Amino acid sequence: MSERGIQWFRFTAPANFYDLAGRLIPWFAALTIALFGVGLYMGLVVAPSDYQQGDSYRIIYIHVPTAWMGMFLYVLMAIYAAIGLIWRIKIAEIMAKSIAPTGALFTFLALWTGALWGRPTWGVFWVWDARLTSMLLLLFLYLGYMALHAAIDDRQRASNASAVLAMVGVVNVPIIYFSVHWWNTLHQGASITVTEAPTMAMIMFVTLMIMVLATWVYSIAVVLARARVELLERERTARWVQERLEGERR
Amino acid sequence: MFRPLLALLRRDLTLALRRPQDALTVVGFFVVVVALFPLGIGPDPEFLRSLAPGVLWVAALLAVMLSLERLFSDDYRDGTLEQMLLVPEPLGLLVLTKIFAHWLITGLPLVLISPLLAVQLNLRPEEILILMAALLLGTPILSLIGAIGAALTLGLRGGGVLIALLILPLYAPPLILGAGAVDAVMHGASAQAHLSLLGAMMVFALFATPWATAAAVRIMLD
Repeated sequence: MSERGIQWFRFTAPANFYDLAGRLIPWFAALTIALFGVGLYMGLVVAPSDYQQGDSYRIIYIHVPTAWMGMFLYVLMAIYAAIGLIWRIKIAEIMAKSIAPTGALFTFLALWTGALWGRPTWGVFWVWDARLTSMLLLLFLYLGYMALHAAIDDRQRASNASAVLAMVGVVNVPIIYFSVHWWNTLHQGASITVTEAPTMAMIMFVTLMIMVLATWVYSIAVVLARARVELLERERTARWVQERLEGERR
Repeated sequence: MFRPLLALLRRDLTLALRRPQDALTVVGFFVVVVALFPLGIGPDPEFLRSLAPGVLWVAALLAVMLSLERLFSDDYRDGTLEQMLLVPEPLGLLVLTKIFAHWLITGLPLVLISPLLAVQLNLRPEEILILMAALLLGTPILSLIGAIGAALTLGLRGGGVLIALLILPLYAPPLILGAGAVDAVMHGASAQAHLSLLGAMMVFALFATPWATAAAVRIMLD
């Protein structure tokens, strides 16, 4: 390995990861607050009303970022789980486990805000639209992953078993998506599409992107914090943990 | 290479035949669940007919799911499964053989009893034929995917309930395609696309799931 550049593998060592995460979390937490503040202000106050949907469209600023994040985090979780299973990297296992609750939360929020948005625009809280249904199934996949992880007492076995489940799930996500899509179009045609009008005002687009960024940094901060706690629990007998905790007590 | 697999198949089938109540319970569950639907939603023949594909498929899916726990648990408890890890044959093939035996015991009877229930729900002969074809292609998928869940919950408290949460979301595609095939025929369309996709899914599951199941068995016996 060359002398220059960042040695990424350094951070697969638990102690180094713990320190790095500890240093990063405050920054990402501050960014989260700032971006949510700006994004929500722009979304709720600055951005104009939609000429068709009025003010109810503003749910998009929560709905779309959470939906994207919910889907993306599942893939990321599966990647970490695979890395942990194949190369036996403990940090990857911990990251996969730490991502799951945040991903489930975002998926749930996407469904919830979708229901709230559906009421004024479609007149009902829930339609069995292809996207809604596949998001609901995604939520179930998250819940299954977390339930399996929690059901197995041995931590190593829990990580490995749920990693297999995450990988099976990620293979299935596109199959589920397309079959659900097909199922719906088969029944009622394109009477309802969730897709927005392709032309979107610049201010709305910028606000949306700020909110997307906000959910990103929020996820990073929360996942790292959760991973840190999990790491302490797993390594509670290790020397580096004793040293760190002594240092914090002083 | 295939002799040990045949021996395993014969052993699993013999065990099942010595205790036929296990397989019959699954069929009984299937019949009872379907019989309960008209009680819940009313006896109107046309309405029942329109619901029949979904009702039959969901009932079949739940029946297969309930039978999954027994796929590995007996062998796990008496140590046979551990011995299988030591056999020179690849674990994936052994697992596939066990899944095949499991399907013969539980999936196939469901396919064979389904016309009777379909008649009760007022499906027409050509629709029943498609239903059987769809179940014939679909129930192996259910067994194959379910085996992953069965392996992942080996030796866990409340494993049966956990299996449901793990694999029912994965059952959505075969359910959609299987019930959709019958639905298409009911509406005068061709079921060929549904059946082709269902077949493709079965081939893919046949290829991929035994290895995932084998990996899960290894992890849980670790």
